[in-house]
Amino acid sequence: MNRHYMFSLIAVLLLFLIAYVGVAAVGLEVLFGIIIPYAAIVVFTVGFIYRIVGWARSPVPFRIPTTCGQQKSLPIFKQAKIDNPSTKGNVVIRMILEIVLFRSLFRNTKVKVKEGGKLFYGYELWLWLFALAFHYAFATVLVRHLRFFTEPVPQWLQLLENVDSFMQIGLPGVFLSGVVLLAAVTLLFLRRVLLPQIRYISLANDYFPLVLIFGIAFTGILMRYFIKVDVVGAKELAYGLVSFHPTIPEGIGAVFYVHVFFVSVLLAYFPFSKLMHLGGIFMSPTRNLPTNTREVRHVNPWSYPVKVHTYEEYEDEFREKMVEAELPVDKELPPEPEEPEADETSEEKE
Amino acid sequence: MSDTPKPEEILSRSHTPPKTGWMDTPINIRPGMYCYASNPKSVDYVGLPYPRQWNPMEDDWNLPENWKEIIFEGMRDRLDRFRSFKVFMDICVRCGACADKCHFFIGTGDPKNMPVLRAELIRSVYRNDFTRFGKIFGKMAGARPMTLDVLKEWWYYLFQCTECRRCSVFCPYGIDTAEITIIGRELLNLLGLNIDWIATPVANCYRTGNHLGIQPHAYKDMIDFFCEDIEEITGVLPKPSLNRKGAEILFITPSGDVFADPGTYTAMGYLILFDFLEKKYGLDITWSTYASEGGNFGFFTSHETMKRLNAKMYAEAKRLGVKWILGGECGHMWRVINQYMDTMNGPADHLEVPVSPITGTRFENAASTRMVHITEFLSDLIYHDKLDLDPSRNDHLKVTFHDSCNPARGMGLLDEPRYVIQSVCKNFYEMPSNTIREQTFCCGSGAGLNAGEDMELRLSGGLPRANAVRHVHEKHGVNMLACICAIDRAVLPPLMEYWVPEVDVTGICEMVGNALNLPGQKKRTTDLRSEDLPGMEEEEDADE
Ligand code: HEM
Ligand code: SF4
Ligand code: SF4
Repeated sequence: MNRHYMFSLIAVLLLFLIAYVGVAAVGLEVLFGIIIPYAAIVVFTVGFIYRIVGWARSPVPFRIPTTCGQQKSLPIFKQAKIDNPSTKGNVVIRMILEIVLFRSLFRNTKVKVKEGGKLFYGYELWLWLFALAFHYAFATVLVRHLRFFTEPVPQWLQLLENVDSFMQIGLPGVFLSGVVLLAAVTLLFLRRVLLPQIRYISLANDYFPLVLIFGIAFTGILMRYFIKVDVVGAKELAYGLVSFHPTIPEGIGAVFYVHVFFVSVLLAYFPFSKLMHLGGIFMSPTRNLPTNTREVRHVNPWSYPVKVHTYEEYEDEFREKMVEAELPVDKELPPEPEEPEADETSEEKE
Repeated sequence: MSDTPKPEEILSRSHTPPKTGWMDTPINIRPGMYCYASNPKSVDYVGLPYPRQWNPMEDDWNLPENWKEIIFEGMRDRLDRFRSFKVFMDICVRCGACADKCHFFIGTGDPKNMPVLRAELIRSVYRNDFTRFGKIFGKMAGARPMTLDVLKEWWYYLFQCTECRRCSVFCPYGIDTAEITIIGRELLNLLGLNIDWIATPVANCYRTGNHLGIQPHAYKDMIDFFCEDIEEITGVLPKPSLNRKGAEILFITPSGDVFADPGTYTAMGYLILFDFLEKKYGLDITWSTYASEGGNFGFFTSHETMKRLNAKMYAEAKRLGVKWILGGECGHMWRVINQYMDTMNGPADHLEVPVSPITGTRFENAASTRMVHITEFLSDLIYHDKLDLDPSRNDHLKVTFHDSCNPARGMGLLDEPRYVIQSVCKNFYEMPSNTIREQTFCCGSGAGLNAGEDMELRLSGGLPRANAVRHVHEKHGVNMLACICAIDRAVLPPLMEYWVPEVDVTGICEMVGNALNLPGQKKRTTDLRSEDLPGMEEEEDADE
């Protein structure tokens, strides 16, 4: 037992009960179908912008990209243009690959101590695979939901749905993305619970979004394939929200409101959590800057003068020794006859 | 060193974290794993805050009364000044991809040496003090208030990070725990909590121009001494110049190279190279006693201290009126030059875009900073066939190359050293691909941790590197580990001694010096270490 994931499980269960009881027993459809979703969207939008602006307000004093390949130097050496990008164009490619393919995560290895005390670093692509599956499934599900908010439903969306449900199993067609999302989120959760190192570093705020997204996908799948809710009514409500004519159609079913409530909680939670990595990755100075630091000067906006030990001070202290050692000096020694020098305290340590 | 564990003990350390959560696991500062506290005289000399006597093993660290406020204000200030810090505090998803990438975690098994947890030590306080969520949900949200124990944990683990950036390569967002450590150490320095192995070199460097506190006359003595050795070995006496105004190029290298073996042989390599180029092509280069340090332990103290120590490079270049600067073999020195120097102490308008006076090559990649790496310079010379090399004098070496963290991940200097090595020695073998280039493993002693008292830490942290060396030693008979870093040259010998005693350590310019034929040289029967060259010694006998 670990109170971090128990906390998250219980929290999501509570959220479920709140919405379910609120709608089914108390009849708070307006609260869960209109007020909370609107509030969540406001919190999400304002919060998201606030965070991005907050980051953007801190300057980037130094250009510190992590170089992951050969630098640009002489023509005889082939530069790793993506992993050590010296131009803005190549930085863009690097960023696109990070965002679309999780390129850095793809490097992942796992250390093993083999017999004879040999360390071995094997490729470890599960995290990359789960994460990629999760994000793409999430994105697809998100886009598919646009059908609830558009009238008429655009052609390309129809196309996407066809591709997504190409493995037709009876009716309605099964959307692959939903299943993959549920599976990936479960695997990511299990990874956190089962791997000792990952469990050790995980906090409640790491389990919570996974459980919540599980809840979203689960209620969604439930509605689509098992307890059929009134899809026409659902669309009416959703479309009402985006067209600012909110309505509560009769009898959509309480599970729908739970689904919407979960999504609202995720939206409102988003800007305050690590989910902001969505915005943060674009602002990460180790990835989004060109590596041409020696070629083009980077300016630090808050640079201030510092106290240095000048050559003059240095020579003043060591002039006699320098002259004696026949090192050139800027100022000659005063022509007085030599005096016994007292400063013998600071010899170098040898 | 008597308590240093046996290699098998280090190898058998478990990587499974303990039962108790990390916030509930009290800190245990263990001898062998930490460096001594900074000497107040050194802290005072450079005017850093709160110089005082203190001892990490004692309960009372003699902190200023308002230390919590200082840390809080210090954090706020840095969150406002460094986007890196702010973004890295916020976006870690704790995916764990970085966890087993850190050599200190691999070597110690201590979960707080996972980069993600090292960062969480600070992040937890950040959440508590700077985020609403942390304030409301507290420990559940991974927040905890600053306490003396937390501060001690910061100190202990921020000085168990070598700022190597390996974790950053693997993080999906590029979160660089080195950057967090750099800023964390800066915060600790606000309370006078540095280690002496950093504070005293900083004070020395500020005063004498180099970390070791070598005064100008002594510096010259050492150079002269190397020249005499070179004469003995080659029959040619180089005549380098120091502090010479009007030279075309200023040469700056870490002072470790003029001070301790085997770095000294690398210094001799530089001298031989410059002598050759001067005689053959009229190279016009000078050394400096004022800028007699390429390294910068200020980098391990604070951004400001880094800037203060780095300033003398451009200042000296300006005073001497050189056209550009050539830099020797050093690791973190090159991170500073490549990513900070121009921003901090530039623009270097008094210099010119570096052009090799011998080949005419313009180093466009250094067009603004105007400082060129010795292996870039050498690669260009070798490519244009300007050196008279006899690699057979390195035939007895079977070489592998250790990429230093900073040139690898803060610069991308990867092929240049390999090109030079392979031009001066025919036996070259790479270590396994996950342990070199941008994935290179740290020597375990960087970022100021190369003291004597933390030997267990160093030997543990050096395990992955040494293990890879052992692999090529067993597979190919590698007997020489080449590197381009003065700290490496100081710390890899004891690491090898412990893990792979059959392997020795060399700088690249030492191998160049061995291979390079000097005009008018005598028959070369020994290498720069004055050890007989196999195959040459009988003839020596015959001569006698
Ligand atoms: C742009 C590049 C992105 C990368 C490289 C990335 C990477 C990751 C990784 C590695 C995880 C951790 C999986 C784990 O929990 O172990 C994760 C989790 C997650 N990401 Fe992303 N992500 C990106 C964008 C996004 C976007 C656009 C969203 C939009 C909703 C998003 C939402 C999430 C969510 C909801 C989780 C799961 C929550 C959790 O694990 O705590 N991510 N991401
Ligand atoms: S790899 Fe990056 S996001 Fe993942 S735990 Fe490490 S620092 Fe956090
Ligand atoms: S920078 Fe290097 S030493 Fe520090 S946490 Fe990352 S991998 Fe470990």
